[in-house]
Amino acid sequence: MRNALARPDWRLLAPAAALSLAGVLLVWSATRPRMAAAGEDPQTYLKKQAVNVLTGLVAMAVPARADHGTLRAWTPPAFLASMLSLAAVLTPLGRTVNGAQSWLAVGGLELQPSEPAKLALVLMLAVLLGERPDGGRRPRGPQVLLALAAAALPLGLIMLQPDLGTATVMAATAGGMLVVAGVRGRWLALLAGAGAAGAAAAWFLGLLKPHQVQRLLTFADPMADPQGAGYNAAQALVTVGSGGLFGRGLFRGDQTGGRFVPEQHTDFVFTVAGEELGFAGAALLVALLWAVLWRALRIAREAVTPYATLVAAGIACWLAAQTFVNVGMVIGLAPIVGVPLPFVSYGGSAVVACLAAVGVLVAVRRQAS
Amino acid sequence: MRRSFPSRLLLVHLLVAALFLTLLGRLWQVQILDGERYTQAAVADHVRRVAVPAVRGRILDDRGRPLARNRAAMTVTVDRIALRRQPDQGRATLRRLAALLGRPAAELSARLRPCGPGVGRPCWAGSPYEPVPVAEDVPARKATQIVERPEDFPGVTAEPRPVRDHPRGELAAHLLGYLAPGADGTVAGRDGLEAAYEADLRGRAGSRQVVVDSAGQVLRTLREQPPVPGSTLVTSIDADVQAVTERALERAVRRAGKGGASADSGAAVVLEARTGRVVAMASYPGYDPDVWSGGIEPADYRRLTGAGSPLLARAVQGQWPPASTWKVVSTAAAVGAGSPLTGRYDCPGSYRIGDHSFRNFGGADLGVMDLRRALVVSCDTIFYRFAHQMWLKGDDDPMQRMAEAFGFGARTGVDLPGEAAGRVPDRAWKKAYWERTRDETCRAARTGYPREKDRARAAYLKAVAAENCARGYVWTAGDAANFSIGQGDVLVTPLQLARAYAALANGGTLFSPRVAKEVRDAGGRPLRTITPPVAGRLPVPARTLDYLRRALAGVPRSGTAAAAFAGFPLDKLPVAGKTGTAEAYGAEDTSWFASFAPAGHPRYVVVAVVSRGGSGGEAAAPAVREIWSGMYGLEGHEPALPEGKR
Repeated sequence: MRNALARPDWRLLAPAAALSLAGVLLVWSATRPRMAAAGEDPQTYLKKQAVNVLTGLVAMAVPARADHGTLRAWTPPAFLASMLSLAAVLTPLGRTVNGAQSWLAVGGLELQPSEPAKLALVLMLAVLLGERPDGGRRPRGPQVLLALAAAALPLGLIMLQPDLGTATVMAATAGGMLVVAGVRGRWLALLAGAGAAGAAAAWFLGLLKPHQVQRLLTFADPMADPQGAGYNAAQALVTVGSGGLFGRGLFRGDQTGGRFVPEQHTDFVFTVAGEELGFAGAALLVALLWAVLWRALRIAREAVTPYATLVAAGIACWLAAQTFVNVGMVIGLAPIVGVPLPFVSYGGSAVVACLAAVGVLVAVRRQAS
Repeated sequence: MRRSFPSRLLLVHLLVAALFLTLLGRLWQVQILDGERYTQAAVADHVRRVAVPAVRGRILDDRGRPLARNRAAMTVTVDRIALRRQPDQGRATLRRLAALLGRPAAELSARLRPCGPGVGRPCWAGSPYEPVPVAEDVPARKATQIVERPEDFPGVTAEPRPVRDHPRGELAAHLLGYLAPGADGTVAGRDGLEAAYEADLRGRAGSRQVVVDSAGQVLRTLREQPPVPGSTLVTSIDADVQAVTERALERAVRRAGKGGASADSGAAVVLEARTGRVVAMASYPGYDPDVWSGGIEPADYRRLTGAGSPLLARAVQGQWPPASTWKVVSTAAAVGAGSPLTGRYDCPGSYRIGDHSFRNFGGADLGVMDLRRALVVSCDTIFYRFAHQMWLKGDDDPMQRMAEAFGFGARTGVDLPGEAAGRVPDRAWKKAYWERTRDETCRAARTGYPREKDRARAAYLKAVAAENCARGYVWTAGDAANFSIGQGDVLVTPLQLARAYAALANGGTLFSPRVAKEVRDAGGRPLRTITPPVAGRLPVPARTLDYLRRALAGVPRSGTAAAAFAGFPLDKLPVAGKTGTAEAYGAEDTSWFASFAPAGHPRYVVVAVVSRGGSGGEAAAPAVREIWSGMYGLEGHEPALPEGKR
């Protein structure tokens, strides 16, 4: 049994590696024409994303070797550091991209603290909700309240950027962990009601920024203004739809080659798969993500401590929510809110956070017995 | 706890499965079920159909020299869709382009506007997906800058495109016509031969499907259908004769203008008498046909359509009373109606019809003479009597019927657009005209002309109005008399007069003249020969025609054109012709000269008219003399006609 667990978990690592590799290729395909048109090295982003993945592998190896005690011990300082970096984004150190102040420039490196914050939140909630001092089935009231407070902190900071997509993913992650932790149905219903009321209040009290309102309205009818506000949504749909069953072939998409989809290497990288690899490739990508989640949930079930279960399930909830929001917005199931496609989208912070999460899963599984 | 976790985890499992199945289902819907629709939308995004214009056919003169051809001009085009995609709707790009081209940015954006109600010139009438040409004939250096800096000029391209080129400048501008974009944005011939032979000259445009990026830059070509070049049009115009004719006409108009008269316009026509082919055709004032290429500047357009109407092809569109040139028609009609051809007739100083006395030109009593002399000295009173006698006989108007047989009052059918029909007034016309204008005439008869400053003139006009109001429908003997000498309401075009004289000269065949003689494909193989059709035959005996020709041969020797032809080597080239001086109340006379040569065996007809030029002998006859000299190389000129054509 120990031997079996010591072996690498290929059912987790293989799809994660395949996704990362696909990401490098798709990012390359998306950026090649842009860079060429700007007169720069078309391989720029190929190299950058390869470096991101390699960095991610290091970030995966570190937690993968840790035992639960070490993970637990490092969680509060990591969470605190993460919250501080989120707060720093809101200071003049932060940089605004696409209407959200979500970037931090540190010594030539550009970081997006909201990406590692998702992992930090999962670990923190697992610590808070995983304690069972009296051997009970559910976390006790104070534990839940503390967890809610811990979740509210990053949520609030991210809403101040504002980054609706990341907030949605975090809220879904926290909600999923409360469900898995065994919080009573009544409480969950109450929380869901409060969340809905809060969302309604944000809408009707005008707490959202104009570009967010615009995006939500556009979602209702993306073709209403295909050249204006609905351009991204319309172009994304058209580009994915034009791929057909087998796509145009890697590097051979005319929509991608013609740079019709904005942000194509980051939030809209799925359109490259849709156009160039067709339904076969795009569905495979979705299936690979599902395989990672499946494996994560399996690890959660086999875990022996509530803490371990919550960590694995939390990561699954996070990646599931993020995948659904990202692919959903590309194919017209969700409004355009910028979140990256896990493992695939260009971006050091996102890739590193996802691969580190895989490392955490590896660590959780190792102590399953 | 052991029971709780798996059930809650199962819930998450199911939720994830539901979400991912939703994604896969939606993906199937978008890519497979609706794939066709989105593929079409994507093609509309990145595939553009670019028309590849066919090279327009050339227009050649009789000896194969080009009158209109094409040259490549660097043309700057702007893709409106790509411009609109830019964050500021392309304003910065247009500003940069305007600075490079040295033109106002406002003008460039005006050229990009789609034409429509309430949109003034310039505007774009073509397809919204087609790049819009905004500047032609751009210097190569600037074109290179545009091509080499696509990042500064997204959506802008510079490429060589054919534009019309006129190697001989303004020569034959009215004949050739011009090209302009039409309602659908395609450039087509709008006047002259360019319009008349549009179908032959245009060729068939090809098309090219190209893949473009979101900035409108072409990435690659998908499919290409090459254009079919337009056919070559060979005309019977001789560029040298045309040049001689235009120069003579311009000099005649200017000369008349200097001499106190206010000549402003004119026309001249050279026809092959025996075939009906047009050798030269000039209208004054002219214009430079190249102003149209590249989109006409507003100032040029105003000048062309303003006072003086330089666009008017007066040789076929101008109408004037023919005056005494008309007497060949009157003579033929009188002889046809029974007056003896060789009879002798009195030419008194005036001829009385009713209570009105019709004066001879100049009022001179010239005594008894034959018809030859009547034509040579241009006696009027003899023709008044002919007209009066015919008028008294009844209402079949033999003089009008003869005029129609000579081709007047109807379009000649020449292969040029916008031809005027002229007018042969008769009893029916007079009645119809009176009915059309009665209300206005009768009002003028009551109220007079209070705005007219010259009181004598106002009184005269009022008297005329009163007479016309009461009896204007009657074709009077006076009308008939005026008609007989080509005055009054009769109108002819220079081309009509030229073909009538050609019929007289060639023994009676009336042609529908043609400028074009052959259509060849781009490779030079003949496709079609164009022959002037015969429009009719003069109902005049050969003897009468022969008599008239001999009579007209005397006009430059000893008649009304003798002064104009003084010193002309008539022994080398016997020219026969007839002057005409059309009077207009309150304005200088219209000067005509209609001629053919060699008189014994006519080969060409030359007709000239100078509006407000004075008498026929003063302005038009000298112009015609200069044309004959130039054609045959007399009086120190180089012959414009080639050896075999003289």
